[in-house]
Amino acid sequence: MRFCKTLMMMAKKSALSILLLMLTTLIASAQSTQPEMADTMRSNGKIYVVVLVLATIFAGIIVFLVRIDRRITKLEKK
Amino acid sequence: MRRSWWKVVCIIFLAYTVIGGFLMPVPRQFIINETIRNLYFHVPMWFTMMLLFAGSFIYSLKYLRSGKPEDDIFAAELTVVGIVFSILGMLTGMEWAKYTWGAAWSNDPKQLCTALSMLTYFAYLILRNGIKDEEKRAKISAVYNVFAFALSIPLIWVIPRMVDSLHPGNGGNPGFNKYDLDSMMRMVFYPAVIGWFLLGVWITTLRIRLKLIQHKEENSY
Repeated sequence: MRFCKTLMMMAKKSALSILLLMLTTLIASAQSTQPEMADTMRSNGKIYVVVLVLATIFAGIIVFLVRIDRRITKLEKK
Repeated sequence: MRRSWWKVVCIIFLAYTVIGGFLMPVPRQFIINETIRNLYFHVPMWFTMMLLFAGSFIYSLKYLRSGKPEDDIFAAELTVVGIVFSILGMLTGMEWAKYTWGAAWSNDPKQLCTALSMLTYFAYLILRNGIKDEEKRAKISAVYNVFAFALSIPLIWVIPRMVDSLHPGNGGNPGFNKYDLDSMMRMVFYPAVIGWFLLGVWITTLRIRLKLIQHKEENSY
């Protein structure tokens, strides 16, 4: 009788631990399957360097376009 | 500079695209990851190309009705800038595909059909350069342009949607706007499309104005 009880308790404990183990692996796998994004780049602010470079290039192109536009207007007035 | 409110809108929207396009949040997804931001740049290239080609089509029809050389200049310059945008769209698409589909060219139906459509427009330029007589050139290229535009509609918009394709929105793949393009992305995507539209139109007007000056000078003496 007593042996039976100990066996039951052991089974319960091991079932619980297995369940816990499964749960933790599930959580771990869920975390590792998150899509990878450039989070580090954002957190350390390096993304602003990229934006600055692109904004500079864009500003350069716009200045270039405006100057051409002005020159054509001058030609049209002639 | 010819001051127009839409040039200011163009600059503001594109500046917003460049800044917001990298700083605004985007949905987290596998495979494309952070490259989903290419949507703000790659897709508007094609939209702008389509707008310019449609404009060119209208001016070609107009030329066939009126016979005015100015309409021919409009049609030709719209096509030239449209081709520039198509090349940019193709290159950006190939770069994007290299890192998400695994190869720059995977014979995707949309890639193939768009390449075909681009070839018909390259032929338009060759055709124009091959005819010396101005009136003949204008008339033949106008007729050809109507054909090229009519061909581009099934090639770009219909066939890729009927067969399996790697592109979203085709062959059972959901389009970006169905599930992926969330409200945060729309806030950048729509201004981006309008901004690129206006930039395409701006560049075209510069070319048209130059050509009109040239045309006037050639016919003044």
